[in-house]
Amino acid sequence: MPTKLETTDDARPLDERPVLLDVQDLRVHFALRGGFLDRLLGRSSGSVKAVDGVSFTLRKGEVIGLVGESGSGKTTTARAMLGLAPITGGSVRFDAGPEFGGQVDLTKLRERDFRTLRRKIQLVFQDPHASLNPAMDIATALAHPLKIHKVTKDRDEIAARVRDALERVGLSPVERYLHKYPADLSGGQKQRAVLARAIMLDPALLVADEPVSMLDMSVRAKILELMLDLKRDLGLTYLYVTHDLATAKFFCDTIAIMYLGRIVEIGPAEQIYADPKHPYTRSLLAAIPEPDPRRAAPRDLPRGEVPDAASPPLGCSFHPRCPAAFAPCGWEARDLTALLEQRWTNVSEQQYEQERAAVGDPAAVDDAGLVARLPDSRAGSGAAAALLEEVRASDPAEQFWKGVSSVQKDDAGVRVGFKEPVDPPLLQHGEVKVACHLHDPRFADQA
Amino acid sequence: MNVEPVISVRDLRVWYGTERGPVRAVDGVSFDLRPGETLGLVGESGCGKSTLGRGVLGLLPTGSATDGSVRFKDRELVGMRQQDLRSLRGVEMGLIFQEPMTRLNPLMRISEHFAETLRAHEPGITGKEIDVRSIDTLRRMGIPPTRYRHYPHEFSGGMRQRIMIALALVLRPAFVVADEPTTALDVLVEAQILSILQDLKRNFDTAMLLITHNLGIVAEACERVAVMYAGRIVEEGDARQVFSEPAHPYTRELLRSTISLSTTALHYIPGAPPDLVQPPSGCRFHPRCPDAMQVCPRLEPVEVRTKTGERVECWLHGPAELIPPGQTAPLERRELASADEA
Repeated sequence: MPTKLETTDDARPLDERPVLLDVQDLRVHFALRGGFLDRLLGRSSGSVKAVDGVSFTLRKGEVIGLVGESGSGKTTTARAMLGLAPITGGSVRFDAGPEFGGQVDLTKLRERDFRTLRRKIQLVFQDPHASLNPAMDIATALAHPLKIHKVTKDRDEIAARVRDALERVGLSPVERYLHKYPADLSGGQKQRAVLARAIMLDPALLVADEPVSMLDMSVRAKILELMLDLKRDLGLTYLYVTHDLATAKFFCDTIAIMYLGRIVEIGPAEQIYADPKHPYTRSLLAAIPEPDPRRAAPRDLPRGEVPDAASPPLGCSFHPRCPAAFAPCGWEARDLTALLEQRWTNVSEQQYEQERAAVGDPAAVDDAGLVARLPDSRAGSGAAAALLEEVRASDPAEQFWKGVSSVQKDDAGVRVGFKEPVDPPLLQHGEVKVACHLHDPRFADQA
Repeated sequence: MNVEPVISVRDLRVWYGTERGPVRAVDGVSFDLRPGETLGLVGESGCGKSTLGRGVLGLLPTGSATDGSVRFKDRELVGMRQQDLRSLRGVEMGLIFQEPMTRLNPLMRISEHFAETLRAHEPGITGKEIDVRSIDTLRRMGIPPTRYRHYPHEFSGGMRQRIMIALALVLRPAFVVADEPTTALDVLVEAQILSILQDLKRNFDTAMLLITHNLGIVAEACERVAVMYAGRIVEEGDARQVFSEPAHPYTRELLRSTISLSTTALHYIPGAPPDLVQPPSGCRFHPRCPDAMQVCPRLEPVEVRTKTGERVECWLHGPAELIPPGQTAPLERRELASADEA
């Protein structure tokens, strides 16, 4: 109950505390809606694997940070914890406490049972302006969860609990805020009200999706500090979703870096920051703008952006952007297209037009995309082979060539074969798990 | 640095009319920008930084009033007819918006966006010339020429922002306002866009006013920085110098409250930015300032130059002869409630 004032901070070390949430191999796939003919013939048009085999455990009082760019599946993972995303597979075991009969597998719950259980799992959204009903004053908004979950009808008790929650989030003197509408409050105050509403039902787990991203820099620290206070006083456990590794550094005990639906690195926060292993983690850390000019360092940024999740790259999904990618990372026909586009961005207009006219569009020959062909515009001219030769000569260190197994010239152009892609498994390295071939002993000789 | 400034703003004031009286969103702001120079404009939400950016371009809504002087290439923009302003905007002055996702017409190819822009400002331009100039500008932004005839939805968010920047630059304006150009983007893409903005100076010699709330971005992309508080620029100078030795307490507190990887403790500025209908008397930052003295609420601070050449408006930096005797003692104040904040 939020009414108890003693702190429930667990003094035991993290790994001795009971597990609150155990997520194993969670998958959330969204079916793609194909064209009319596909639907008529009952053909599947594939699916987007928004979350594809995510596992982590969260102990009582722990804060885990799911960190990644947009499209990494971090928000979908968080929403799946509340049954707000359709779970395709895997298990989510949640210790709901004695009143709900202990361990519950959230993936097997019917919607009506889930609804009552949401008292124990609350969600804080990114945009405080959009998460409060503009027509409800703060007192009504805070009392709303108590009414919905039929916790109590006693007006005095409701009023007392509302006041207590407001005081806990620092909206005091309470009288000043009880009858204000969201429009009267600043961004930080609104996020405080949202937090107050989230703790009304005495939850065990708070899922916070970018809770400070919309706020001014000068307020972010204050809200984070408030969340840490609430965690200590109410014995909360947080699932913190963010793209910002700088705030996560303060806030989280464990960090899970996500990329295109998978966890690529997970482990204790200090170790992730002190010794990031995955090239993606390193890029994310290097990309944070540093206001102190004495610490600013030149950085090696990955090219491109998060690819389309409907057809993720082969092998390691990060390989097209990775500054350290090598042979087994999953090079494929699409990378040849990207390589040529990259070249044409940097050459002169005339050279581009000449080269563009001399070769056709690169295309994948086999279904897997492991053989590509670059046709000559005029069959037998050998222009495609010459172009590839020149691209290679202009930058022999380009990682792309590490993944090429064969280049065959024929009458119509060039066939480029690629090495077999290997999916990087999540391997244990000390306390950290990382999914990257650079840290896989099988490929140690090639890296 | 004896090059003539491209744009020179003196004592610019912008008011908005509201039911409670005029909001003085920009209240006496002055700065210069030279060719190829980037000035970062930082401050909390509601400090007037976006209003300043738009005010300089004459893009304010009806119901606002502007006073002061904005000189652009020997022409006075304040009070200029809308018609004349329109002929300057685009060609001579550009604006890069915050949300790349919503600013491109989904039914028009990228090539058509460029054709529309170029034809509007340079009637009589040939189709060939449009293609050459557009592809060349896109290329500098890292967009491959093969994608020239694609539609906006075929591009990612970062690519769309690059296209927006290319659209603003294809007319080779002398001055560009970039209003939070990376706020809606991912961190990695943000860093890519920042490095592109840095290349701009080399390639285009464009002067840029970069508006942002993120101090890290300023440190990365700007030579100079202006810190804005409650409608006034309280400190302005060389970005490295300001960030390593902030002269104004507000700049210092803002830097301390920024969470970066090197931050070791959480810190924040108590209180909230003031109501601009009735700003605090004297120095507007005095109610939140940890160093406030007795003079601060009584007299408006005077602009002084520090030894390293920054402009700062704060009584801590004097001039000592203007402070009435005995008024350098710390200001006594009431406790702020923890939720009185932005």
